[in-house]
Amino acid sequence: MHDQPPAPPDQKPKRKIDYSNPIIVKSIQKYWERNIRVMGILLLIWAAAGLGCGILFADWLNQFNFPGTGYPLGFWFAQQGAIIIFVIIILIYALTMNKIDNLHKRELDELHTKSKNNDGGVV
Amino acid sequence: MNVMTWTYIFVGITFTLYLFIAWRARVKDTKGFYVAGRGIPASANGMATAADWMSAASFIGMAGLIATMGYAGGQYLMGWTGGFVLLALLLAPYLRKFGHFTVPDFIGDRYSSDFARLVAVICAIFISFTYVAGQMRGVGIVFSRFLEVPVTYGVIIGMIIVFIYATLGGMKGITWTQVAQFWILITAFLIPAIAISIKLTGNPIPQLGLGSTITDTTTQSSAFFLDKLNDIGSDLGFGSYTAASGESGGGFNKLLNMFCVALVLMVGTAGLPHVIVRFYTVKNVKAARWSAFWALFFMAGLYLTAPSTAAFARYYMLTTLNNRTYNVPLPPQGITTDTGQTLKLINDADSIPRIAVDHGTDGSFAPEFTSFTTAAGQKRYIIHKTTGDILSELPHWFFNWERTGLIAFFDGDNDGKLKYTGREDNEIFRTGSGAIAAELGTLRTNHQLWLDSNGQQGADARQILTAKNLSGPDRDIIVLATPEMAELSNWIIAFIAAGALAAALSTASGLLLVISSSVAHDLYFRILNNNASETSRLAVGRVTIGFAVVIAGLFGIYPPGFVSQVVAFAFGLAAASFFPAIVLGIFSKRVGTTAAITGMIAGIAFTAFYIIAAVYFKMPHWCFGIGPQGIGVVGMIINFVLTLSLVPFTTGPNEKVQEMIASIREPEYEPPAVDLEHEPASTAADLINA
Repeated sequence: MHDQPPAPPDQKPKRKIDYSNPIIVKSIQKYWERNIRVMGILLLIWAAAGLGCGILFADWLNQFNFPGTGYPLGFWFAQQGAIIIFVIIILIYALTMNKIDNLHKRELDELHTKSKNNDGGVV
Repeated sequence: MNVMTWTYIFVGITFTLYLFIAWRARVKDTKGFYVAGRGIPASANGMATAADWMSAASFIGMAGLIATMGYAGGQYLMGWTGGFVLLALLLAPYLRKFGHFTVPDFIGDRYSSDFARLVAVICAIFISFTYVAGQMRGVGIVFSRFLEVPVTYGVIIGMIIVFIYATLGGMKGITWTQVAQFWILITAFLIPAIAISIKLTGNPIPQLGLGSTITDTTTQSSAFFLDKLNDIGSDLGFGSYTAASGESGGGFNKLLNMFCVALVLMVGTAGLPHVIVRFYTVKNVKAARWSAFWALFFMAGLYLTAPSTAAFARYYMLTTLNNRTYNVPLPPQGITTDTGQTLKLINDADSIPRIAVDHGTDGSFAPEFTSFTTAAGQKRYIIHKTTGDILSELPHWFFNWERTGLIAFFDGDNDGKLKYTGREDNEIFRTGSGAIAAELGTLRTNHQLWLDSNGQQGADARQILTAKNLSGPDRDIIVLATPEMAELSNWIIAFIAAGALAAALSTASGLLLVISSSVAHDLYFRILNNNASETSRLAVGRVTIGFAVVIAGLFGIYPPGFVSQVVAFAFGLAAASFFPAIVLGIFSKRVGTTAAITGMIAGIAFTAFYIIAAVYFKMPHWCFGIGPQGIGVVGMIINFVLTLSLVPFTTGPNEKVQEMIASIREPEYEPPAVDLEHEPASTAADLINA
């Protein structure tokens, strides 16, 4: 991690979104699409672990035991596995999104410096 | 020292600690009062959220529910944790970026409508009151069992403590108190679980213990604990503990209902105002994500342990009660104790003193009684010291809890032995609170008459209680009696009482703050008086907490019989109203005011109608056989479908709202401007700088 630590929130420069600049609008859109993709995949896992393995397929899974233990697998998902997976899902989400956030921030910073220099040149 | 003295010590220490923290964290402005000045670190906020979320119901009630329901209890475990995934992925970061004080703030601003704001305020207040009532009942139970204080006084003491630290410190005081409460409640939950796991399975980690084997002392054969529990349960007519739907029957309908209940709890959790508001208190969007992670991480400590506590307690319950004699007539051959003494029959002309006189308050025996264990270590007897009368084979905790009406024995075949089964011959009941508890004496007299007269006179109490759905012990005793089942030291039992109080008080204070902010901020400031000063808003907030505490306390002292149904209603309502409105508000730029409000009202109306009709008017569950607990899912679907199908025919949000949506969707740019028509300029600037 060679990223610069994010500035404390109080000193962070706050800017309004500049809708007239198509590159910035596109960058924001890209960020949003990445966000939706990460969210979609994780929500699929969420549904599969909890509602799927924990409930809908529990009967079928119950014929197996969690290896080395007395837990029938469906029962294990409903009372242990789903919760463990939920914690991991949020962990992955926080890590991935914060990375995407940093990427987005760097991209925007670059764009803003560029457009500022261009403006300066014109004026 | 006995349990009561220890309990006084622990409750005294913890309450002083809470007040001290509140004093250190006292606040003077609304920002500190409602969102703790937005300066709470993510991990501390996670702990506070966990304590806020884990209520008396989670601490006292959940393991009991699982113990009774077996596999199906997983719906609560998954529901109450899975909701945090939705919260973290769909709501928390965006609401933090939005950055106002409350949930109605978001609904009102996003749909630029005071009507939507009002609907949200009413839902928030209703949901919070429903919840607080349950917490106060929890406080009452703990005080009456462990401190021998009448429930009324217990509730009043709890009310005073919460009132002081909630009004003094607002969200800041509550948050730091909750951090302390988290550690107390989680330690109190883990210690007995670990102890009982060591005792039963030899494994100190309860989760591993639950999956491991136990050795039968008589046959020396070892088997998986869960298999053994399944066998015992099936023998007694309860069905298998771990089977999903196949063996225990119910089939598809059972699975569908479980699916719906789990989903309602997940979605409802994500929509509950006192949880959402926690994410307004952290520094920024990143911290909001981390704090959702920490919240679930810390909660998992309890939610992953509860299944073990439940299964172990279930095992103890079934094996230590069944076929044990309630009142032992003296065995003629005598009995050998573990110390090698032979205790023989002593003629006693007087009637044997019923064990009921030995309701020692501290789990010890009254001076004239003592206990011993047989040579094989199998059975524990209670005997009279001077006469040597053997009084009971039952474990002592049974009598401690019999006194509270949470467990009761009515002999059916007049053999004096307990039968706890899932069949008609069951002899273990509960009287609960309310009308039946008051009639307990009459019930006992009539039942004795019925037994003595061979069914000619009196009344069979078992039939009366079965008809009222009061078979089996009250599930609330499972967690509180577990340490007594495992025969842990007195101070541990007392510490659990302090833990249960921490769980109840932390949730109650969070809810009271939501009620206060709904009234003082959303209703008074945003709707009624836009020019209210900071001082008067704070004053209204504090006064509201006062009123809310009193009302909540009254609920605790005179518990309405319908609390559990109303809690189901709270989740259904949150699922059918807040969740779709907030999610669509963030993820759709096209949903406008009319569509959203219509959807919200339709969702609420359907859910409310179905629950009320099914619970109070015996309406058949015509909607695919889904019960009232799970119907919020259908309400939510109605809300989503109606709202989205109305979008093409109604006006979308205006440009200002569009900008607001754009700005909450990404973390870098300036947060959305506060609705300036409603907010004095100085406060708006203050918020933007925050």
